[in-house]
This record gives sequence, C-alpha cells and structure tokens, in this order.
Amino acid sequence: MEERQSNPVLQVKDLSISFSMYDQGMAKHDLEVIHQLSLTVRRGEILAVAGSSGSGKSLLAHGILGILPKNAKMEGEMAFCGQKLEPSLLENLRGKEIAFIPQSVEYLDPLMKVGKQVIGRGKKSERIRRQEKMKQVFERYHLEPSAADLYPYQLSGGMARRVLIAGAVLDQPKLMIADEPTPGLQEELARETIQNFRELAEAGCGVLLITHDIDLAMELADRIAVFYGGTILEIAPVEDFSAEGANLRHPYSRAFLQALPQNEFCPIKGSQPYAGNLPKGCLFADRCPYRREGCQEEMEMRALRGGEVRCRYAE
Amino acid sequence: MQNNQENALEARDISFRYDKKSPWILEGYNLKLSVRERTALVGPSGCGKSTLSKLLSGYERPEKGEILWKGEPLPKTGYCPVQMIGQHPEQAVNPRWKMEKILRECWDPEEELLEKMGIEKEWMKRWPIELSGGELQRFCIGRALGPKTEFLICDEISTMLDVITQAQIWQVLLEEAEKRKMGMLVITHNRSLAERVCNRIVEF
Amino acid sequence: MNKKMDKFWNRKRKTCFVIGVAGAYLILVLAAGLWMSPERYGVDYNAKFTAPCLAHPFGTDQMGRDMFFRSVKGLSNSILIGILASSVSSFIALVFGVTAAIKGGKADGFVNWCVDVCMGIPHLVLLILISFMMGRGGKGVMTAVALTHWPELTRLVRAEVLQIRSAPYVKASYRMGKTRFQAAKEHMIPQVLPVYLIGVVLLFPHAIMHEAAITFLGFGFSAEVPAIGVILSESMKHIATGKWWMAVFPGLMLLLAVVLFDLIGENLKRLLHPNSGNE
Repeated sequence: MEERQSNPVLQVKDLSISFSMYDQGMAKHDLEVIHQLSLTVRRGEILAVAGSSGSGKSLLAHGILGILPKNAKMEGEMAFCGQKLEPSLLENLRGKEIAFIPQSVEYLDPLMKVGKQVIGRGKKSERIRRQEKMKQVFERYHLEPSAADLYPYQLSGGMARRVLIAGAVLDQPKLMIADEPTPGLQEELARETIQNFRELAEAGCGVLLITHDIDLAMELADRIAVFYGGTILEIAPVEDFSAEGANLRHPYSRAFLQALPQNEFCPIKGSQPYAGNLPKGCLFADRCPYRREGCQEEMEMRALRGGEVRCRYAE
Repeated sequence: MQNNQENALEARDISFRYDKKSPWILEGYNLKLSVRERTALVGPSGCGKSTLSKLLSGYERPEKGEILWKGEPLPKTGYCPVQMIGQHPEQAVNPRWKMEKILRECWDPEEELLEKMGIEKEWMKRWPIELSGGELQRFCIGRALGPKTEFLICDEISTMLDVITQAQIWQVLLEEAEKRKMGMLVITHNRSLAERVCNRIVEF
Repeated sequence: MNKKMDKFWNRKRKTCFVIGVAGAYLILVLAAGLWMSPERYGVDYNAKFTAPCLAHPFGTDQMGRDMFFRSVKGLSNSILIGILASSVSSFIALVFGVTAAIKGGKADGFVNWCVDVCMGIPHLVLLILISFMMGRGGKGVMTAVALTHWPELTRLVRAEVLQIRSAPYVKASYRMGKTRFQAAKEHMIPQVLPVYLIGVVLLFPHAIMHEAAITFLGFGFSAEVPAIGVILSESMKHIATGKWWMAVFPGLMLLLAVVLFDLIGENLKRLLHPNSGNE
C-alpha cells in the first residue's frame, strides 16, 4: 500500500471543463460541466469513478486524453508519472503509455480489418514487432489468431470488446482509462472483462474505470470516487462501501448507498444539480440533512481517514 | 372471464425477426401476465428482452403468433392500454418540443402526481436537451401513466439513472401501481432491483 | 471595445447577418429585373462598344445595349427560372422521397432506381437532351432544369422521413392514440421541413448555373432574350477584340449570385442543425 501511494500514475488537480453554448436568443455563455475535479490514480490500482449517465463522466476521460470537442475549454493541471501532461507529451503517450477503452464498439473503423487497427500505423519493422505482440495478446484474451483478419461487423459484441482491450494493452500501458466497458456484455463476458482489468492492475498498470454501474465498481475497484454534479465528492476505499456505509465520509455517499435496491432502496428528495445550474459551495447542500451555514462557501477536497472528501463537516 | 382477468396480457407462441433474412430473435415464445402482479423479467442483455417488450406494447408486431390483451388482440390504433417506458428517455421525447408539450401530449397529469414524481414546474419550459436523463425519464413515466393505462412495461427504465433517482422513481411507480391495480412487467438485469419491486421473477 | 464587438458578433449573429444581406441582394436583383422597362437595355447604335464609364457602368455591347441593365435583367430571369425549377424539382423530391420512405418495398426500389438512373447520366448531357426534345427556348430550359434537380433532395427527404418514422417518440405517439395524420403534423413535418427547405435553397445555385450553361451552349434561350447565358456566349465573339467588359461583369454577377445562394443555404444549415448550432 505504501509503495502504491508513492507511485501516482496520473494526478489530476482542479480540472474544469466548460462548453460554450448559445441561449435561446443570440447570447453566448459558458457551461461548466466538470468543476474543480481532483483525483489520483496510483500504480497497480483500479480507481472507479461512479456517477449517473449523462453527468459528464465521459468528458473526464476525453479531457484527460485531450480529445474534447472544439467548443470545450479545459482548465486545471494534470501530471503523468510526475511529468506535467502537456498536449505535446500527451500526443506521444496516447495509445502507448496511456491507453483508452472507449464506451462503444463503434470506435472501431468499420472498413479496416481489426488486426490492422490493433497494430496501427508505423514503420515496417515496428509493425512486424507489434504483430508478434498482437498474437500474444490475442491469445491471452482468447481471440483466435484468425480474428485479426475479420472486419468489425463480423465480430460478436464480446469479441469486439476484447479486441478493443487487446488493442489498448498491446504496449503495456502505465495508465488505462476505460469508459463504461461492460454494458451490452453478457454476464460471463462482463466478468471476464473485469478479470482482464484486474490482471492489468496486478501487472502494475493504473486503471481509471468510469462507470454508472455502482455494483460493478464495488466488485472491481480498489477505490471508488463518487461523482456528483460534475465533481467528485468523495474518494474512498471500496471496503467503506459495504454494510451501512458508516465509514463513508460524505452524506451523499451514504444516501447513495442507502438507495441501492440491495440495501434500503430508500431515496432522498430532490435531484442532482445539472451543469449550468450549479449551486454555490457544496453541490449537495440543498439535499443534505446536515446542512449548515458554511456549506455555501467554496470548498476543497481534503484527506480524511484514508480517503478524500469534499465536505467541511465530515468527520 | 376469470381466466382473462388472470392472464390480462399474453404472448402466444410469438416469433419475431427484424427482416426476412435476419435470424429469429424470439421463436415460439409464450408468456402470461396478470394485472394483479408485477413480474420481473431477468436475463443477460442482448437476448431479446427489449424486443419482447416492444412486441407486448404493440411497437412491433410478431411475425408469427399473437399478443392478446384480455383475450382480444392488442388494439392497433387508439390509446393502447399497455404502455411501455424505455431505457433511453432522450430518444423517447421529441427534441423540438418543450417539456410541457411532451408531458401533455395525450393527457393532463394532475399537479399531485407531478409533485410526487419530482417534476419541478420550472422544467416545463425547458427543451429536452436541457434536462438530464433522470429528469427526462420522470416526464416519460408521467406521460405513460394516463388514466387508460392498465398495464405498464418498464424496460430497464432506471439503468441509466443514478441510484437515488432510481429509488425515487420506483417509489412513485409502485405506489401508483398499487393504487390503480396496474400490472407491470419489469425488465432488468439487476436482480436486487427485481427482487425489490416485483412479486414474481421470470428468467428469460 | 474590440472584445465587446467580438462577443456581439458571435457566429449565430454573423450567420443571420450573412443570410440577411445575401437574401436582400438577390431579392433586389430579382425585383429590379422584373420591373425594369425594356428601354433600359434597348438598342442604341450610337453607343456601340462603349467601355465601362459613368453612364454605362458595365459598358455596352455591339448593338449599344447597356450591359449593366442587361445583366441585371438576365440574372433576374435566371433567378426566376431557378425559383421555378426548384419548386418543381423540390415538389418531385418531396413526393418521391416521402412515398419511398413510407411505402417502402417496391415503391422504394423504384424511386431509388429513378434516382440512380438520373444521377448516372452526366447532368449536362441530360439537360441538353431534355431541352432539345422540348424544342429549346424558354420552355426547353425550364423543363430541363426543373426535371433534373430532384435526385439529391429525394435522397435527403427519404432518409429524413425514414429516420423520424422509426424514432421512438413517434412510435410512442401512435401507442398513445395519435392517428397517422396527427403524428405527421405534430412530429414529422416540423422535423423534415427545415431539412427540405435548406435542400431547396441549395438547389437554386445549381439551377441557375445549369440554366446559364445550356443557354451558353445554344440549347436554351434564343438570342433576343436577355439571359446570362446568351450574354456570355455573345461576348465570346468579341472578347478577342478586347471587349473584356462584356464577359467579365455579367460573369461576375452570375458567380456572385451562385455563391450567395450557396452561402445562404450553408448558413441556414448551420443555424438549423442542432449539432453545429452551438459552435
């Protein structure tokens, strides 16, 4: 554990992502979708970012990878293995040291054989080397060598998913970012995919798993980051999410745990604030049973009992 | 008659495929559902559960076999007593309409229901893209709970929502179902949710 | 101040401005041509081959006709033909596209076949053939231009209708008791109409260009009609003797009109399309 702590693969500090949008009329304004988000992915661990769909989680992945759409603006700092993550550095790392498993199989080029896509472009010697590697990786993920000669439409959903993973791990990345990797997979395959992530982490890779499926996160991750209204309210070791959640730090995390169907299935009132309509200070304040005066002020992530929390009064 | 009440919605020997060349998605499938029960259909994704829900609510027609509502074929026109709510609310609303118009397309939900659903007045004047999935889903549910709805099919309606919204929505739905003696078919991959909201579980 | 100006002139405002200015210019040309007295471009042998000057900004031709007014009249005629051709073509496209999408099966196959046939023949050849068959002249040009511009728009309408027909919210609308007519009125038309209108506007420049092209080649309007194609083909005889203005100014006006129509169409597309609307 100590060793892991000293080895952050990815550090994100105060990341904000906003979009410029038009109102009904002619005026233009900025819409902040991700707000001062900080997180650290350590070597050999799986960090799950869990939040509801459409709340901007995927943008976090796109932001880290530098593949945001043109009308997006990003602020904050990111570091990869201690090095500041500049666009030029990112360009070199992306697809090699930093791998990405996209949400949808549609990210594969439908007109290119999958083997070619996994190998990628490059010098001939490089391509031959990668081809050898691809054979090994395919074997590891139970893909027939002949699968390399298929077009994406000829693959089943599970196979396509494994091809994406194979492509991502080919260069033994130090950081793997996976965006909703399991929906649409049958249970067996989902389980297998999870196993693949675990193996990757064992091999020393840091995994950032972005998912809306809290059950998956609880089963797979080492730590869970609770995503709410465009930021992270709490990062806690997965053990804290068991039972009553008495060890959890943020009131939202506890409410969240109680609302699970396997627990009390008991909701609290209100709804998640949406980008462009965020309250000042604590994002959860208007629904929080322990709200106090200081909750309207800006607050930062702070360390607490082996986790991190964005709440002034958590103990 | 008694029997018809018991098996209000019935799929009799239905087979379905999207076109003549593609493989069967459902073949000779049978299912009987009662208005007195909430049935959960649990199974892995991609095995035709969503297709079944479209067939049962009349969105698609089976190639062979028939769907019976109280012993008669499911009405093809007019208000269908079997309504369906899907997994993707953003596809189920017209992006060019304001929320108020979407909600009131076919009936006027009373204030009380809207309040229970957690639909805020201020949302009514917004466009669909300005609301989150959870907020849109509340509208879709409100829209489907018209007085002539006697059976509700919920196809993974809370899969894309956060768990608190999920619990909120189900609380209202269960209350409504009890109050109006409405039958339900709940399609989900989440077994604990199925156990929570249904009194009968069917493996697909 | 500069920043403030930048903020004011965001893309949406710019787009609307471009559409407004371009539209105003084209309407002005059309109206000017329609209500222009023929004397303005009448024959005046005293003023043969005058180079551009204050009295004749575009110069005059071999019969002393004022090139400025002739060009405006010619362009106005072209726009008129453009309007006519676009309305006929777009009507064909609407009927074909909607039928193909709704009926499906054989009707769809037939429409697609028609589209492929029409697009398979080189456009100019098809135009000349039809114009020739109809006995050239105004009637020939109009029929030819009107009958050959529907295939792209048909495809567009067909795709759009197909897409919205299977949209979950339209299907939900049927299940909630709406009739076909109600669903079409409330859901489908508002969705398809903008796409269709953009398609119509984008037809204009093609129609105008093609009208000028076949007239230029001698398969269209006869020589006495002030049409851009006629003007350009006449000017070819005199360009070797240094009467450059006879070709340059009418040519530029035609080019400008075509570019402006295209600009309007593209800007409308940007404005009405939800994805690019926020850029």
